[in-house]
Amino acid sequence: MAEAHPVGFQWVMEAKARGAKVIHVDPRFTRTSALADSYVPIRAGSDIAFLGGIVNYVLANELDFREYVVNYTNAATLVSEDFQDTDDLDGLFSGYDPETRTYDPTSWQYAGAESEGDEEQDHEMQRETASALQHESHGSGVEAHPPRDETLQDPRCVYQILKRHYARYTPEMVARTCGVSEEQFLEVCQAWTENSTPDRTTALVYSVGWTQHSVGVQYIRTGAILQLLLGNMGRPGGGVMALRGHASIQGSTDIPTLFNLLPGYLPMPNAKDHQSLEQWIEAISQPGSKGFWANASAYAINLLKAYFGEAATSENDFCFDYLPKITGDHGTYSTVLDMIDGKVKGYFLLGQNPAVGSAHGRAQRLGMANLDWLVVRDLFEIESATFWKSSPEVATGEIVPEECRTEVFLLPAASHVEKEGTFTQTQRMLQWRQKAVDPPGDCRSELWFFYHLGRMVKERYADSTDARDVPVQQLAWDYPTHGPHREPSAEAVLKEINGYEVESGRPLSAFTEMKADGSTLGGCWIYTGVFKDGVNQAARRKPAREQSLVAPEWGWAWPANRRLLYNRASADPDGKPWSERKAYVWWDEATGEWTGLDVPDFEKTKPPSYEPPEDADGVAALAGNDPFIMQGDGKGALYVPRGLIDGPMPTHYEPGESPFGNPLYAQQANPTSKVYLRPDNPMNPSPPQHSDVYPYVFTTSRLTEHHTAGGMSRFVARLAELQPEMFIEVSPELARERGLEAGGWATIVTSRSAIEARVLVTDRLTPLKVEGRTVHQVWLPYHWGEGGLVTGDSANDLIGINLDPNVLIQESKVGTCDVRPGRRPTGPALRQLVRDYLEETQR
Amino acid sequence: MARTFLSWPVLRQLRSPDKLGRGTAVRSRQTDELAARTEAADRVAKSVCPYCAVGCAQNVYVKDEQVIQIEGDPDSPVNRGRLCPKGSASKNLVTSPLRQTTVKYRAPYATEWTDLELGTAMEMIADRVVKARNDTWQDIDDRGSRVRRTLGIASLGGATLDNEENYLIKKLFTAMGAIQIENQARI
Repeated sequence: MAEAHPVGFQWVMEAKARGAKVIHVDPRFTRTSALADSYVPIRAGSDIAFLGGIVNYVLANELDFREYVVNYTNAATLVSEDFQDTDDLDGLFSGYDPETRTYDPTSWQYAGAESEGDEEQDHEMQRETASALQHESHGSGVEAHPPRDETLQDPRCVYQILKRHYARYTPEMVARTCGVSEEQFLEVCQAWTENSTPDRTTALVYSVGWTQHSVGVQYIRTGAILQLLLGNMGRPGGGVMALRGHASIQGSTDIPTLFNLLPGYLPMPNAKDHQSLEQWIEAISQPGSKGFWANASAYAINLLKAYFGEAATSENDFCFDYLPKITGDHGTYSTVLDMIDGKVKGYFLLGQNPAVGSAHGRAQRLGMANLDWLVVRDLFEIESATFWKSSPEVATGEIVPEECRTEVFLLPAASHVEKEGTFTQTQRMLQWRQKAVDPPGDCRSELWFFYHLGRMVKERYADSTDARDVPVQQLAWDYPTHGPHREPSAEAVLKEINGYEVESGRPLSAFTEMKADGSTLGGCWIYTGVFKDGVNQAARRKPAREQSLVAPEWGWAWPANRRLLYNRASADPDGKPWSERKAYVWWDEATGEWTGLDVPDFEKTKPPSYEPPEDADGVAALAGNDPFIMQGDGKGALYVPRGLIDGPMPTHYEPGESPFGNPLYAQQANPTSKVYLRPDNPMNPSPPQHSDVYPYVFTTSRLTEHHTAGGMSRFVARLAELQPEMFIEVSPELARERGLEAGGWATIVTSRSAIEARVLVTDRLTPLKVEGRTVHQVWLPYHWGEGGLVTGDSANDLIGINLDPNVLIQESKVGTCDVRPGRRPTGPALRQLVRDYLEETQR
Repeated sequence: MARTFLSWPVLRQLRSPDKLGRGTAVRSRQTDELAARTEAADRVAKSVCPYCAVGCAQNVYVKDEQVIQIEGDPDSPVNRGRLCPKGSASKNLVTSPLRQTTVKYRAPYATEWTDLELGTAMEMIADRVVKARNDTWQDIDDRGSRVRRTLGIASLGGATLDNEENYLIKKLFTAMGAIQIENQARI
């Protein structure tokens, strides 16, 4: 955190100054470790074993926050008799089909709901469409009133299942698997549990390298389970906090440029299940579940109305039919492989540099070299724009400029100070930026580019009589423009995102004002309120010193300006603060409403004692003690009966590439990971195959002085000067073992490629004892490419495409490699070296 | 203060109460006349750092239509005026001489860039989008399901862009039937 989010880390230091204990768990000693109270080195890829060990410590010693757990989580819920755990099946859950490598989750359901799992869940399709991503604000659509045992004694209740599941994650097993000493592990367990009480909370902070594993979603799930068991969710100072890495990566997930989502986490319709508006809405609202997704028809129809304007009417199902349908995996990695196979004609790159920043750089560049055309919009001449003349494949002869047909347009973009608009930062807060100056020369905003491109495409289709062109013709695309370049108004777009009454134009104040009859429209329901009262709330800049610590009048956070989600849980079941010290949101008996320091994340006047009628569903079915209002049962999920592809509980699997067999189960790696078996995407072997060819574990991350693929830092003189060269960090022990010289060169080899880097010998990397033998880990930054002021090889060239099944994110934070002294070969000899290694694995 | 032998800082330090030489003894006319360049700004734009997702607020100082300084905004509850090395270098980012300010074009099989007017480039891109869409259109997929889409056009990137921009990108591509629209959140 100190390394990649240094200004956010100042608040950790403030907490430390006030007595908080800071523990840093990481394969490498970083600037965060230097400032922490204790540093725990860990084997990359073993986090579920580590956190699962803490879950076991909590449950074996009954250290959970019992009142919170019984009332606010699904601990008491009974699970189907048919469910079989990984303990019974040596690393698999019940329902596994080795043919499709997916689960039939029928047996995972809550007791009495087994039949529902079967018909509604097609895990093969769900993996293909990364369906779990829509659960960002969705929760799993479980039924409202499952059977419960609040004594937590029934062997089929979630609490007991969880306890059995993690029983084998003992301190000894953690030590053996993670390379962490039992003593140090127990120190973490004690610190975490002792600091999680009515009077104290513990925060879990991760950076999004956690998502870059074949079990990434389950890493975060394990953290969530632990934080729920300890009563740290929905309370100030608690939570699971994701430190995301781009200025508006949260915004581009909420208002997604993602294949499987529409704004506000509405799923892109798929051809199999969503051929009508009704089917699509029912799949989102899940009749019979509790919570705010029950109003999905309003959110969906407001979006369609915002897209197709006057053309969208109740008679034509609001033009639902105009939405293209997905049929499987259309993610960035499958698209790149499609490019290599010649299926894609044109590609836009908008401030992203996949030639350096995406896994398997060679595949990225070979894909781009097989397009008809490529449009790159960026501030600088990045590597993705120059693959045809200076990429590593030009050196190896795999791309010959005179034979490469891709037409490339490099269009200069406007910077953040040359346009106005909002970023959404990592805590869901939108902040409006004023424009400082005009962009130079031909530089333009994406708003300008896409508005005018859309206008020109509409012109080209204006006279078409083909039915396929009607959605383009009827697209609502009237935005006011200003200035000599006809820049569209970002504020007008934000107003459309917020939503308004169609007839009066009055901006909506809350998504609860959205109507499903076409009388209102709004482009992203969770953002409704950002233009409350006709005022751009994201532009608010009331100084922090003039308001409370929550700072509700600085910017605007979705939903409804809530700064802490699920904050109903900050009060006990009776609505009183758990303690004076941790008071945040509470029930005020006198006024009959929820109140506190933040906007309550609960219906304002629903009392804590409220019991819904038996037949209620949707919002009305939420009881006064159901804080998790987006979940189908109103409870925090310790166990997830539906919505996850790889199991209802996190289980330790080895990474796709590992020098070790799985110490816990016969099942080696995630049995459902998304793999692309093709010769241009080889994987390094793991036991029982010849894993000794690539004997070392590598991981990558960022440096303070650079940003992602370097497109915004290697071209900046100050930053280039601060970190001028690609390097690899190795321990003194490994340097001795492999004859690596400090300041000299090393070559790092995987089955995808080989790269070179300067050697930094440092005890920041600790050789770990795992399974009775020593494992060496090496660390690489991934910021370099052949462009910019400082150049170097790209760490992402080493990585293959092996994805988490829930969200289709690549495993790029752990892999195996060899490290050898000296520079890598150049030209065709580079490919020969990579092939020689691969052949060695087949000996 | 007139410049005399006695105004030599060491002598002033010895003669004045400022024995450590950290106050009045070491001030000169030049010191007094120094002013932060932010004071000369014509205006200040309220902005946000473009790098990571912490969301540090920035003050962007403008003089003669040029960015002359970018600093952390002390009013912000997020960063209370502070910026990291990247945020502090963001003036260098926006004023870098390496920035592209004109369109570059690489024709098929060409070995060098050529220049192109922005308007021409836009027309060419619009033509190619329409052609790729028409050439790869699918009304139904190979299973006979209605899909109304193209798999011939893909897009990548969005996490460095504004919400309003992402909104228009997804809206336009969806209406055109392009679905392989992705960004940094997938990596």
